[in-house]
Amino acid sequence: MTISHFGAVLLFSFFTSIIFGVTQRSDPRMMIRFGAFCFALFVGGTIAASWLMWLIKH
Amino acid sequence: MTSNVQAPARAAGKTTTMPAAMILLAGWLVPGAGHFLLRKWIRGSLIFISIVAMFGIGLALKGKIYSPNTAELLDMLNFAGNLGTGLLYVIARVFDLGQASVQVATADYGTKFIVVAGLLNIISAVDAHSLATGRKAS
Repeated sequence: MTISHFGAVLLFSFFTSIIFGVTQRSDPRMMIRFGAFCFALFVGGTIAASWLMWLIKH
Repeated sequence: MTSNVQAPARAAGKTTTMPAAMILLAGWLVPGAGHFLLRKWIRGSLIFISIVAMFGIGLALKGKIYSPNTAELLDMLNFAGNLGTGLLYVIARVFDLGQASVQVATADYGTKFIVVAGLLNIISAVDAHSLATGRKAS
């Protein structure tokens, strides 16, 4: 199996966010909200860190 | 004093007659099993699918399954993470999966997928235990 770096980020963030949502909140609606929040933070944080590393290099 | 006050509330919040330790153990051995025993079918299914998928993707990416007693600190920590997957780890060791030498750069991602799957499974098992004892409301 081959996968792009961004694809790995998306898969990792997706499954990890599901577990965080299910385990860290009690109400189903809040689980979905928290899971989506975690997913956005994972992906957004990775993109932000990537641009930061690019800026440091250049 | 605090524990005396909290004890009746916790006992009242118990959701099952099964021993909480058994639910913790089941949740560790099989991802989502702790929630299944508590009849939380959707949560259990989501946990099972997520953990097994992460473990499977990790193996497909040629991630490494760690062995005990390698005398390297980081290897021991990774082994502890791997052990969190419970029976998935045993199956991987029995069938000699995750032992190939790393050939591609993304294999390191695979290794991390497997380790994190184990750590998330421990979180899930503890969550099931908290539900069983009434520490978590629902």
